Amino acid sequence: MAAGVAAWLPFARAAAIGWMPVANLPMPVAPTNKNKHQDELIILNVSGRRFQTWRNTLDRYPDTLLGSSEKEFFFNEETREYFFDRDPDLFRSILNFYRTGKLHYPRYECISAYDEELAFFGIIPEIISDCCYEEYKDRKRENIERLMDDLEDNKDSKLPNMTFRETMWRAFENPHTSTMALVFYYVTGFFIAISVITNVVETVPCGSMPNQRDIPCGERYTEAFFCMDTACVMIFTVEYLMRLFAAPSRYRFMRSVMSIIDVVAILPYYIGLVMTNNEDVSGAFVTLRVFRVFRIFKFSRHSQGLRILGYTLKSCASELGFLLFSLTMAIIIFATVMFYAEKGSSSSKFTSIPASFWYTIVTMTTLGYGDMVPKTIAGKIFGSICSLSGVLVIALPVPVIVSNFSRIYHQNQRADKRRAQKVQKARLARMRISKSGSSNAFVHSKRNGLNQSLELTLPYYKMKLSPQGSLEEDQQLKKTTSLLESQHHHLLHCLEKTTNHEFVDERLYEQGYLQTALQNFPSQSPSLSSEEGITGTCCSRRTKKNMQPLSATHTHTHNLQELSALHIQCGEQQPLNTSRSSLNLMSDESGSLNCKSSGLVTTAIISIPTPPSNNSRASPDAPPPPNPDAPPLPNPGTDVVKISAL
Amino acid sequence: MSSRRRRCKRQLIKFTQHIARLITGTLNSDNEDEEQESTTVRYHPENLEHLQSQTHFSRQELQLLYRGFKNDCPSGVVNEDTFKNIYALFFPLGDSAKYAQFLFNAFDKDKNGSLSFEELVCDLSVLLRGTTEEKLNWAFDLYDINKDGQITKEEMLDILKSIYDLMGKSIHPRFKEEAVRQHVRMFFQKMDINQDGVITIDEFIDCCQKDENIMQSLKIFDNAV
Repeated sequence: MAAGVAAWLPFARAAAIGWMPVANLPMPVAPTNKNKHQDELIILNVSGRRFQTWRNTLDRYPDTLLGSSEKEFFFNEETREYFFDRDPDLFRSILNFYRTGKLHYPRYECISAYDEELAFFGIIPEIISDCCYEEYKDRKRENIERLMDDLEDNKDSKLPNMTFRETMWRAFENPHTSTMALVFYYVTGFFIAISVITNVVETVPCGSMPNQRDIPCGERYTEAFFCMDTACVMIFTVEYLMRLFAAPSRYRFMRSVMSIIDVVAILPYYIGLVMTNNEDVSGAFVTLRVFRVFRIFKFSRHSQGLRILGYTLKSCASELGFLLFSLTMAIIIFATVMFYAEKGSSSSKFTSIPASFWYTIVTMTTLGYGDMVPKTIAGKIFGSICSLSGVLVIALPVPVIVSNFSRIYHQNQRADKRRAQKVQKARLARMRISKSGSSNAFVHSKRNGLNQSLELTLPYYKMKLSPQGSLEEDQQLKKTTSLLESQHHHLLHCLEKTTNHEFVDERLYEQGYLQTALQNFPSQSPSLSSEEGITGTCCSRRTKKNMQPLSATHTHTHNLQELSALHIQCGEQQPLNTSRSSLNLMSDESGSLNCKSSGLVTTAIISIPTPPSNNSRASPDAPPPPNPDAPPLPNPGTDVVKISAL
Repeated sequence: MSSRRRRCKRQLIKFTQHIARLITGTLNSDNEDEEQESTTVRYHPENLEHLQSQTHFSRQELQLLYRGFKNDCPSGVVNEDTFKNIYALFFPLGDSAKYAQFLFNAFDKDKNGSLSFEELVCDLSVLLRGTTEEKLNWAFDLYDINKDGQITKEEMLDILKSIYDLMGKSIHPRFKEEAVRQHVRMFFQKMDINQDGVITIDEFIDCCQKDENIMQSLKIFDNAV
């Protein structure tokens, strides 16, 4: 039942009078309003503060505590009011939800207290209206992260019975857990520093020999530097191998960034060992030594700030990309303009557009080396415009990057913006599920056989044909659906009668058609008296199929209430035997669509595959069932079409 | 000729004003605010006694109806979009836009594009508490889209298609076409006595009064509200 428009139900029902003259079938009986009391004020006493509202207002949302009969548990006989021992401030927003249909989240309230109130009163948080939903989600996420952080801090207590491998991994990841780990941590850090310093010092010219020019230290003390390098690389190799051994998932470890950095740091040394003989390739090999500088990135294991910087850059990738893109655009434009402006002047350094790129970049970043300057007046004008626009273009994304960094730095592992999209999608999916729950409620209640009992002309559908168990169930179900809901269902039932089709669950609609339409289309003639008469219709196919009487069909439908599948049987040989066993299989291939022509129960989608048409299921264009729950198990023997009504 | 020149001059002046504003850097939001008129409409319904005399509802029933109405439409009138949205909530599985539009036109007697509370309540009293003849008159009015006093096959086709649209995906589009045509054929067979291709109000009322089913189904909503 659509919440919040209970007031419009009389209009919608009145408008249904418009269907009556076109309908060819009799309409079901309307549910009567048994308790015809006038709308009354009810008093809700929440911890002493009294709220008053109409009973109708609360009835708008029958699946919450206040809207259903659950509130009777809180009824106080002496004072004739409903007493709730809850926070009155939070109750205000909850009651406003009933009044206006929108749930707002007050910003000054604690998020967990609010969640508890919502849970108590049976309201799902996804209904929070858009104006407050972002705030709610943000606060909730913060709260969860804070709780998780607290949890992590308690994680350091040593668990007994950890294997050697697990101990080692923990030692690597959290160095302060044991002294050995701390020692190892500092030793590796020291060696990283040593390695970087030697790389740097290698190139310093140290001490000139009287007969030669300054040579770098690396060439003077080759053996010493080589020994240093070897020592560092050995330590790094041993460390890498130990980490690889200890990692819980070696494949995942090998794919991680830190391990790639480790590999890149030690690989040049080994390649150098292999390649010292070959003189030609040594030139290329020299460039490999550049990669030794990547050892400095190994420091990121030791420094939190470095990790956060890397994370920031990763999460600001879109801003950085925008910066790069806009700069590129501007560079190309201005380089072209400067080139053509300076083309006339003699001895111009702007020899080509790519040569002008350098000028543009230097000017836009306000470096201004001065090695290339425009000489013509037009060139100078455009040059000044270029530098002004450079300032603007660069200044735009930088604050964003800075704020990102500070946010991440303070929160230390905040979910990035991409997760917001997923949450939105998940939220919409949840709302859709809860909405479709209500829109499928009509199909639901049909399965329970409630509507059939309201038939005008065929009284023998009534409960006497169903076994006793389902009788009580039916009565119970009748009580729990509210009056509004039953009126709404009655409206939908009238629509079905008018159009002579039945509502079915949307999901199975797609499955049914592709298989069936191929076979049975030419013979469509919607028979109109589907539910009135077993006989008396003029559909030829029906007589061929030797249909069963209608009453038995509905009996059987009544019998199968407790299962979560809607069975529509029309015209088959042995339905009653196979159906029970095949129920458990829950196969949802809906077979062919020839019930439309037979029109026994419904002239709608679902029908029974007759045995000769079994091969249709094997047809290549039959789609796989999209429903993930149902096992794809075709049951050739069954002639029952199952529609999952959930 | 002079009008063209005047227009040119006006545009030139606007252009120079625009450039001046650009150079001096004034915010141009003031301009737009003046042009916007307030579009909120305040509408009060007639008083309770008047409505009571015009309709078959009791005082409490009118109070109930108005409270619900005012809650959802605080401005006092329903425009077509709101009506469509509300109606769509009742038929979540289908597409109710077309039928809601027909309904709106049928309710909106004075054709001013919005429904006031009186219009709704008067029609409601006819539909829920009126005689069958009044109800049939209303139904005829609904079907007669162009209000020319006759229902043609095209109008009926439109109406029936919109009703079938309410069922949504439960009816496959391919079958829907055929089903609607069949339904229209049958309807005309039944109602069009002189077989002239259109149904007039008298034919309609006559045929409906003869049909037991229709007579009975017109009464089922009598206890709503």
